[in-house]
Amino acid sequence: MADERIQRVTMPKWGLSMKTGKIVEWFVAEGDTIAKGDDVVDIETDKIAGTLESPVGGLIRRIIAEPGADLPVGAVLAVVAPSEVADVDVDAVVEEAKAAIASGALEEDEGPQPQLVEVGGHTISYLTLGEGGEPVVLVHGFGGDKNSWLFVQQPLSEDRAVTVLDLPGHGASDKDVGDGSLDTLAGVVIGFLDALGIGRAHLVGHSLGGAVIAAAAKAAPDKVASLTLLAPAGYGEQADAEYLRGFAAATSRRELKPLLGRLFADESLVTRQLVDDLLRYKRLDGVDKALATVLDTLLTDADTQAIDTPALLEGVDVPVTVVWGESDRILPPPDGVGERVAAGHMLHMEAANDIVRHLR
Amino acid sequence: MARSITYREAINEALAQEMERDPSVIVMGEDNAGGQGSPGEEDAWGGVLGVTKGLYHRFPGRVLDTPISESAFIGAAVGAATGGLRPVAELMFIDFMGVCFDQIFNQAAKFRYMFGGKAVTPVVVRTMWGAGLRAAAQHSQSLLSVFTHIPGLKVVAPSNAYDAKGLLIQSIRDDDPVIFAEHKMLYNVAGDVPEESYAIPFGEANIVREGGDVTIVAIGRMVAMAQDAATELASSGVECEIVDPRTVSPLDTDTILESVENTGRLVVVDEANPRCSLATDIAATVAQDAFGSLRAPIQLVTGPHTPVPFADSLEDLFIPDAAKIAGAVKTAVDYAR
Repeated sequence: MADERIQRVTMPKWGLSMKTGKIVEWFVAEGDTIAKGDDVVDIETDKIAGTLESPVGGLIRRIIAEPGADLPVGAVLAVVAPSEVADVDVDAVVEEAKAAIASGALEEDEGPQPQLVEVGGHTISYLTLGEGGEPVVLVHGFGGDKNSWLFVQQPLSEDRAVTVLDLPGHGASDKDVGDGSLDTLAGVVIGFLDALGIGRAHLVGHSLGGAVIAAAAKAAPDKVASLTLLAPAGYGEQADAEYLRGFAAATSRRELKPLLGRLFADESLVTRQLVDDLLRYKRLDGVDKALATVLDTLLTDADTQAIDTPALLEGVDVPVTVVWGESDRILPPPDGVGERVAAGHMLHMEAANDIVRHLR
Repeated sequence: MARSITYREAINEALAQEMERDPSVIVMGEDNAGGQGSPGEEDAWGGVLGVTKGLYHRFPGRVLDTPISESAFIGAAVGAATGGLRPVAELMFIDFMGVCFDQIFNQAAKFRYMFGGKAVTPVVVRTMWGAGLRAAAQHSQSLLSVFTHIPGLKVVAPSNAYDAKGLLIQSIRDDDPVIFAEHKMLYNVAGDVPEESYAIPFGEANIVREGGDVTIVAIGRMVAMAQDAATELASSGVECEIVDPRTVSPLDTDTILESVENTGRLVVVDEANPRCSLATDIAATVAQDAFGSLRAPIQLVTGPHTPVPFADSLEDLFIPDAAKIAGAVKTAVDYAR
């Protein structure tokens, strides 16, 4: 009989490609009482390191995963149970967890896979996790893809449906961006909601994605329950044009890696795997043209921002939240606009737990 | 979307996608279609190890069987390239280069230069290399350095399925003659490969693993051996950086030098014979351009200066393995002036 008082903290799945995670450091010890949402452990994936917030609250009876251990998604890392649960019952759960890791059964569960949908002549790749609630749709930025939400989508999907998509020209969607204009990209997002039968959604957009969802809200306000703009494009004129143009043009690791450091407050987050994944994307046929086209939507010939997001939002009667990473070097945060978290431009990766709290 | 396919399937997919995209791409070689007199569709061999299987059926008239006369059909491919096609010719084993070498090194390699840049020769010679298949001395060699010696040729040696597809697409689109060397022991090794077309630029090494203690430059099948060695060495606290050049001509010397500048130690792993080889070439480049960074003598892990033996036990001894690589790394790390 499973004792419902025994709860498990398991290895999270941060993004589609994550198969294992490495335990870096525990912030809690056996015998500590934790609350749901407390930072419990730092975990390193092949892309980036993140902090796991506890999905459960209670007394930590056992910590199973040692620092340095590389464990599959779903592996039990710690066991939480009230003190009245007998040690023998807790140890039975520990043994079961170790057996599951040893058997290799966990590695074979691939979990949900992305789907394709046709939207106005574009093939769009997307992935939905969770169900119920008012749906949330997350839209990445320039050169990004749905995997950039790796630390956000899973925790947010615990009590509602959360969908990530690849914009045209990005990720696993087709690489034809048409004229690459904001209206075109916003039209794809609206068409995507229709294609999935989503009547109304909370839209969350990062960087270029922020401007795209603002344009979508202007075009179809009745479909938008709220807008959350993370380091959005189109606030002020300043932008790191050298980064944007350099990213679009780079063909080698040696060109790309130094640029990617500018995305983060902590440059050590740029791992070999992150650089390699971006190079693999950039080598796909059609990506160079797609990025060059969308670049013209982002930047003027004078290397200033070409988008004016506040102007798009004038008269749009939808709740808007704006959040910036305080150390953003790509799109410097304008004074007096929005909230701040401790991060660079990729705040949804670097300060993911703060962003999840904002979105809850 | 990426999915897991083998090195063989990745090469086949690259050929099919380029033939689909560009009608000037043709495929030719011994048994590439089905062999003389066979019905040629369902039972087509697709080359001696089945790499071109299925293409004859999909691209009628564009997959040509050739006689067992390498000089004739490599010459025909070179000529067709100068005439506007993009032929991909299969030289069954790299060991057979001798019979068609004039067409490659004194014809194809020279046209761009001798005609003042007015002629291009976009031919790809796909060829199988390396030891391990119990195929004896005449079908097991690693003769890449012979091609690498010659200006005007590009020489490509993919170590995994992803690189095989992207590098073959780049080879076909490239306007110069390319020797595309497929390691015969890798054909059944699977890896994540995107369904879409993509091209990996030449001269762009892959950093397979990052580490601060030793740089291992490994070629072809030796990349996986180096990874095994690095995994084992990491447990004893030695962190290896593994550089896979992917193309040996052009060679990404910048990435190799940068890595050695960080680690101060170099181990080069190539299963070819040791003299006048890729290993000695890379070692010489580093000795000349990064001498000040070196904290230990450069270590070379290669086959011996012998033909590849036919006896299983001797062939296994011939080929570098993870233990030999780990030994060389330890020699470099333990070195004290």
